[in-house]
Amino acid sequence: MRTNSGVICMIFVLFLCCTTGKCKLEETKPTNSVSLDTVKPHPNDIGEPQPYPEEEQGKLPVFTMNYSRIQIPFEFTLWVLLASFSKIGFHIYQKITIWIPESCLLIGIGLIVGGIMYSVKEEPPAVLSSDVFFLYMLLPIVLDNGYFMPTRPFFENVGTVLWYAVVGALWNSIGIGLSLFAICQFEVFDLQDINLQENLLFASIISAVDPVAVLNVFEDVGVNEQIYIVIFGEGLFSDAVTVVLYSMFAFLANMPAIDSIDVFLGVARFFVVGIGGVLFGLLFGFMAAFTSRFTSRVQEIEPLFVFMFSYLAYLVAELFAISSVMAIIICAITMKYYVEENVSQRSCTTIRHVVKMLATISETLIFFFLGVVTITTVHEWNWAYILFTLLFAFLWRGLGILVLTQIINPFRTIQFNLKDQFGLAYGGLRGAICFALVFTLGDTINRRNLFVTASVSFAKVFYIKIRRTNKDLNTINVEIHTRTMEHLLCGIDDLCGQWGHYTGKTSRDSFKMFNDRFLRRILLRDRKAESSIVSMYKKLELQNAIELLDTTMGDISAAPSLLSLQDEKKEASRPKKKFKATDIRKMHDILSKNMYRIRQRTTAFTSKYSLPDDSQTREILIRRHASIRRSLRAENFREQPAQNISKSLRYYSLQPGGNLDSALPLRRRSHAIPEVDRLRSSGVSPRSSSRSLIPMSKLNTIEEKRSPVEASVASTHPLEPSSTEDHLDEVFTGSRVRGRRAPVPAARRRGQNRVDEDEDENISESQGEERHLPPRGWAPENRDLGANEAGNSLLRPSSLRSQRSWRT
Amino acid sequence: MGSSRSSLRRVPDGQQLLQETGCEPERWFCLGLRSEDLEAELSENPIGDRIVGAFFQPGQETVDFPSFVRVLAHFRPTEKNRTRDGVQPEPANSRNRKLKFAFQLYDQDRDGKISRTELLQVLREMLGLQVTEEQLQSIAERAIQEADLDRDDAICFDKFRKSLEKVDIDHKMSVRFLE
Repeated sequence: MRTNSGVICMIFVLFLCCTTGKCKLEETKPTNSVSLDTVKPHPNDIGEPQPYPEEEQGKLPVFTMNYSRIQIPFEFTLWVLLASFSKIGFHIYQKITIWIPESCLLIGIGLIVGGIMYSVKEEPPAVLSSDVFFLYMLLPIVLDNGYFMPTRPFFENVGTVLWYAVVGALWNSIGIGLSLFAICQFEVFDLQDINLQENLLFASIISAVDPVAVLNVFEDVGVNEQIYIVIFGEGLFSDAVTVVLYSMFAFLANMPAIDSIDVFLGVARFFVVGIGGVLFGLLFGFMAAFTSRFTSRVQEIEPLFVFMFSYLAYLVAELFAISSVMAIIICAITMKYYVEENVSQRSCTTIRHVVKMLATISETLIFFFLGVVTITTVHEWNWAYILFTLLFAFLWRGLGILVLTQIINPFRTIQFNLKDQFGLAYGGLRGAICFALVFTLGDTINRRNLFVTASVSFAKVFYIKIRRTNKDLNTINVEIHTRTMEHLLCGIDDLCGQWGHYTGKTSRDSFKMFNDRFLRRILLRDRKAESSIVSMYKKLELQNAIELLDTTMGDISAAPSLLSLQDEKKEASRPKKKFKATDIRKMHDILSKNMYRIRQRTTAFTSKYSLPDDSQTREILIRRHASIRRSLRAENFREQPAQNISKSLRYYSLQPGGNLDSALPLRRRSHAIPEVDRLRSSGVSPRSSSRSLIPMSKLNTIEEKRSPVEASVASTHPLEPSSTEDHLDEVFTGSRVRGRRAPVPAARRRGQNRVDEDEDENISESQGEERHLPPRGWAPENRDLGANEAGNSLLRPSSLRSQRSWRT
Repeated sequence: MGSSRSSLRRVPDGQQLLQETGCEPERWFCLGLRSEDLEAELSENPIGDRIVGAFFQPGQETVDFPSFVRVLAHFRPTEKNRTRDGVQPEPANSRNRKLKFAFQLYDQDRDGKISRTELLQVLREMLGLQVTEEQLQSIAERAIQEADLDRDDAICFDKFRKSLEKVDIDHKMSVRFLE
């Protein structure tokens, strides 16, 4: 039913558009008469109802229509709505999008609408003039690309990217241009009048890579990160190249002869274009970052600065005819880093949302209009030229990629195999931008329409989605293990990244130093460099506190673990299940949807249309928080008294003698202060819910000497905490935890309950240290078991401390 | 090479380490890991603590420099043209050793097998919180079924290696820095 309503909506809006188009013709008359009426109001008849203004001259019109006033914004809004509705329709009716990419569908809808409009002899809105395109529509897309670009892989691959972009574009354009020119020489095709320069011009347009289209094609295919980055970067840099080549060839097309000096000028111009773009981008990026430093009082307009400065960068670059795309990209990258630290959380979200929204709108509109304009422009259809264009584009691009890859592969660690190269070649082919560029060709060029047609067909052909070649389901094992390895590699990479800081002076290190020393001081709001883990931890704690106050008791994440505890007992008794194919497919689905993605590597390109999602980071952190706390508690009791422990730890109480296999009421992990106070006042012992995660065997604490007194107290009142005492946790170990380390990050707080205020200073002292917790074997503790059968010992940590110091 | 020679001298067992790991000496010197940054990134890694744990030998509480280098040596990209003579011990970065390292991430109790509980633990760490326990169980069950041929409800290293034979381990477990 939803599909039907979607379709109905679309048809309705289509109808609206067409009728407003038609109405425009018919309404000129009544509009005029109405406006005449309103010009001369008649004072006598103000109070009287006037349903038909045309009949009674001089009466006050009650109901008027003035279409021409609102025409342009109205039609624009309708177009945007129509395009958006079709987008909704595609997502509701998901089966289509499997086979045809969304961009093709949008073009198709545009074709339909264009056909309708053509049949009623209506002109399409002149929206796709080159000015509008370049000044308004291209900008959000490029900004989106720049803002959400994964910067680290980008900078790592910048050499490759430049190589492909510059040399590749040159190769392609010259190759295609020359071969097309060669074709034109044949008299058969009646293309004599296209000279070399024009061919080269066309070729330069065709051959550059389109940042708009690339991501559409690769959206669903499981694509290699390297490929993605290279194509992405290539699309951006090739804009610079294209601008140069385009202007060069355009200039040359008007000139009768070519001097060799012009070639040198062209090269020089390329450098100006490229470096100028980068410089302007940096300039505006820093300005935006600097401005955001002072906006703490005016948080509502913070997003505005981001957009305005990027727009300025774009426009200024256009002013000097340097690569505006590069300017925006560099501006966005620079801005993002500093602005996101300065700006409030809400503004950050707003910026991201608005960038995404604008980009999606622009893209939708572009494809839509591509379809519309196709129908309504004058076409010149020369089969030969078009076919040969397609052929040569493919050919040269493929060759180019092969050759370039061969040359650069030795310099890369991760090399491109043939499959990658195919992806590179395919993904780089043209799109909407080329169409717009061709549109802007001056009318001096004879065969402009021919070019238009050719580029349109070109664009269409290459929007066909790459079919997924390997649809074979990996085994579950492979999926799990490969993901584990990816995480592993990511972790090792981080470790090595730390190494890399000190071993070699890579440019990244020097940049980082420069950054930390100068830029951050100038551009950031608060001077001290707060560790990101501390800030994230703060956010987590805040959110946990808020959630605690909102929800009732009951811990979602601990529930599965309790279940698992029970399940593991039954595990041996369960017979081996047979898995149907559907089950396996479901498992694959679950795995692919729920496995944590690797940090930073996939947030950008798993889905182009959604915002980067940090909920998984949060989940991971929560989990690790819990597990660290768990193991810390366990490990703290393993420490021999001989070891000098200067930190105090907060402990939890447990049900002494409680049966762990029974269903325990699970308490929420208390993180925040208000929760603990609430619990304390209610006289309930806060119990750790994460305790249930570890299979149990009771072990006792070290300090048993003092315990008998308190232990007896405890055993008689198992459920009441003594309000003046802290409670020690029972230690639970499991064989699985053996050998496992909890890296103790300096910033993590240990323990949850803030029962004693004086402990906090100690905690904060310990935050500066990094500890390696000794994973004592669990075997030694067993001998304590016999001696300490009393169960829980409830001790003050302060007494514990004094004990330890006493012992040592 | 002069600098590397001198740096070799500075490290105990330097020559032996070089042979074992194949890493260049210049790369060895780290001046301590800045703990905040390290945790910032590793903490977001679902198996971060396992990774750190893998550096420590069981029962030890510290890691010394050679062990650290030895572990990291697993992640060098495999050299394809290396001539293997039988006398030389298997290089640290061979495919087998890489797989062994990955295997040990799962196998925390070092018994040579990935039991169902170990697999479940890893799965739990790697999957989001929306996955129910039954689903986890079935996934683990299926994984063991696929790989477990001797019916002991665990995955041994050979099975592990076999199930990953189509995967490009070298690509997945190499760090460019360590060349």
